[in-house]
Amino acid sequence: MFDAAETVIRVRGLVNRFAGQVVHDGLEMEVGAREIFGIVGGSGTGKSVLLRTILGLHPPTAGRVELYGREVGAMSRAERSDVVQRFGVTFQNGALIGSLTVAENVQLPLREYRRLARAALDEQSRLCLAMAGLPPDAAGKYPSQLSGGMTKRAALARALALEPELLFLDEPTAGLDPISAAAFDELLLYLHSQLDLTVVMITHDLDTLFRTCGRVGVILDGKMASGTLDRIVENPHPWIQAYFHGPRARASREGRNG
Amino acid sequence: MPSSLALDGGGDDWHLRIAGDWSARALAEVQIRLGDLPPSLAGTLTCDWSAAESPGIGPAWALLMRLEAIGGGRVRIQHVSPPRHVVFLEALRDRARTGIPADDAGPNGALARLGRWVLSRGDEAREFASFVGRIVAVLVRAVRRPRSWRLPSLTRHVHETGVTAIPIVCLIAFLISVIVAYLGSQQLRLFGAEIFVVDLIAIAVLREMGVLLTAIIVAGRSGSAFAAEIGAMQLNEEIDALRAMGMDPVELLVVPRILALTIALPLLTVIADATGLLGGGLLAHYQAHISWPQFADRLRAAIAPTTFWAGLIKAPVFAVLIAVVGTYRGMRVRESPRELGRQTTIAVVQSIFFVILADALFAVLFVRLGF
Ligand SMILES: Nc1ncnc2c1ncn2[C@@H]1O[C@H](COP(=O)(O)OP(=O)(O)O)[C@@H](O)[C@H]1O
Ligand SMILES: [Mg+2]
Repeated sequence: MFDAAETVIRVRGLVNRFAGQVVHDGLEMEVGAREIFGIVGGSGTGKSVLLRTILGLHPPTAGRVELYGREVGAMSRAERSDVVQRFGVTFQNGALIGSLTVAENVQLPLREYRRLARAALDEQSRLCLAMAGLPPDAAGKYPSQLSGGMTKRAALARALALEPELLFLDEPTAGLDPISAAAFDELLLYLHSQLDLTVVMITHDLDTLFRTCGRVGVILDGKMASGTLDRIVENPHPWIQAYFHGPRARASREGRNG
Repeated sequence: MPSSLALDGGGDDWHLRIAGDWSARALAEVQIRLGDLPPSLAGTLTCDWSAAESPGIGPAWALLMRLEAIGGGRVRIQHVSPPRHVVFLEALRDRARTGIPADDAGPNGALARLGRWVLSRGDEAREFASFVGRIVAVLVRAVRRPRSWRLPSLTRHVHETGVTAIPIVCLIAFLISVIVAYLGSQQLRLFGAEIFVVDLIAIAVLREMGVLLTAIIVAGRSGSAFAAEIGAMQLNEEIDALRAMGMDPVELLVVPRILALTIALPLLTVIADATGLLGGGLLAHYQAHISWPQFADRLRAAIAPTTFWAGLIKAPVFAVLIAVVGTYRGMRVRESPRELGRQTTIAVVQSIFFVILADALFAVLFVRLGF
């Protein structure tokens, strides 16, 4: 439906302020269809707030956010429901509903937006769990019984339930062991290649960034510097230099080039 | 165009034409089309995807699953111009084949359920006893180690359970005693004994209503808050974190709440008594036309030295009951948020029940003692 050049997300002059604290100050961001866009920045620079603003969960102090060319804050109910079905989200802490099993969590959006029989729901949730790389026996478990890696995957399974074109991931590999994190990277790349997804991912994980992201946006002083990884790495800003050229970054970069 | 499925052919050579809207949003409709397929097939089946519009993953998956159920291994499936993800889905299918295992909860007859219920009661009684034991142990320790009193926490809870409850306690005590005084004066007027409405108010408010109403309000306000606060900490593994750092959650969280309520509830009771008398007095004055000096005289005559204390002495007992039940329910929250809601409800219901039960026991006791 959208050619590769089409802009999926457009953020213009975004300002977010909390009780005197300025989090975003004229932030600009653009994401095109079928790219994997990484958002990085120090803790508390407003990555999660940016995500919440794009999703329409947080009304910005000023500025304009467009999803598929429609302004997020000014959508009718029907438009909103249409756009909601086109994106999937995983939150920083998984945000699975604790009183529902994993399978029921995955079925939640399906129950809301599709009219399916019980058997069809089970069938679809099995698909989503398999896509997210979860074993079938995870279906009947409750979120409190899952390990960190399984929680992230269950959240991904729920995000995939409506076959989104656009996937938002908030720190999907944070707190995972390196092997699980690498497996998550591969899973993401695989799904991206199979499903024509656009992915916007907040991450601190340099390995993930170098392995998966085409372009990155760095939040600096409430604004965003974005570009391809190679260009951003050359940016002289001290934070970027410290981030991409610190002791931990070298190995990741070598891993990518090697 | 709506989704459609057309099956033709015969013997062991079948042709399935997939057409129309096969996107994810048409999933419900696709499910209906799939239901129209015959229950079983054999031979070779060619799926022709060339007329399918933007075929989605969910519908393609549903088709694969349905064909597998129909074919039961006897059908060879070929795809003509399939969407890219069909191969992907076929790879996933083998991984997802095993279904969700049914959980085995053991025998489920009436007798088995009764047995499990009795056992669970026994477990709970034991758990509750050990909880009370830990509270006593902390109190005993605190006598020798003043730091265990946790003063900052104590003052915060006195404020939250006591000071912030003053307006609602005043309001309710005032209104209820006005109502009682009004009904009483109506009845007493029949005997020309309206002056005794003062006795009625004094005894009802001081002995029973002041403390009982306050306890019920506090059970609803603070009993539930205790359960919810501690329960949320359980869910968040904060209690485990405290334990891991070598701190005793009973000392840190439970005992300060119990002590705070033991301080706050008697004070609230005094306030409720005062506003109750005020409310009753105002009604007696304006409705029954009893002058203020008359009221004061009658009040002095009606109140025995023990009347006030008979009410107040119950307050710390009620406070301990409410706080212990609330914190215990909070500590019992495990795993799911639904449990949090359930335990909070139980905390309120049980603490009100215990308060009323204790009040009845006090009544019997006071009669025996001639108090
Ligand atoms: N609802 C809120 N109210 C007040 N301050 C908030 C709120 N949400 C976020 N903040 C503040 O905004 C800043 C950015 O938060 P966040 O986006 O969560 O950071 P991060 O980049 O680590 O995800 C933080 O300083 C946080 O304190
Ligand atoms: Mg964050």
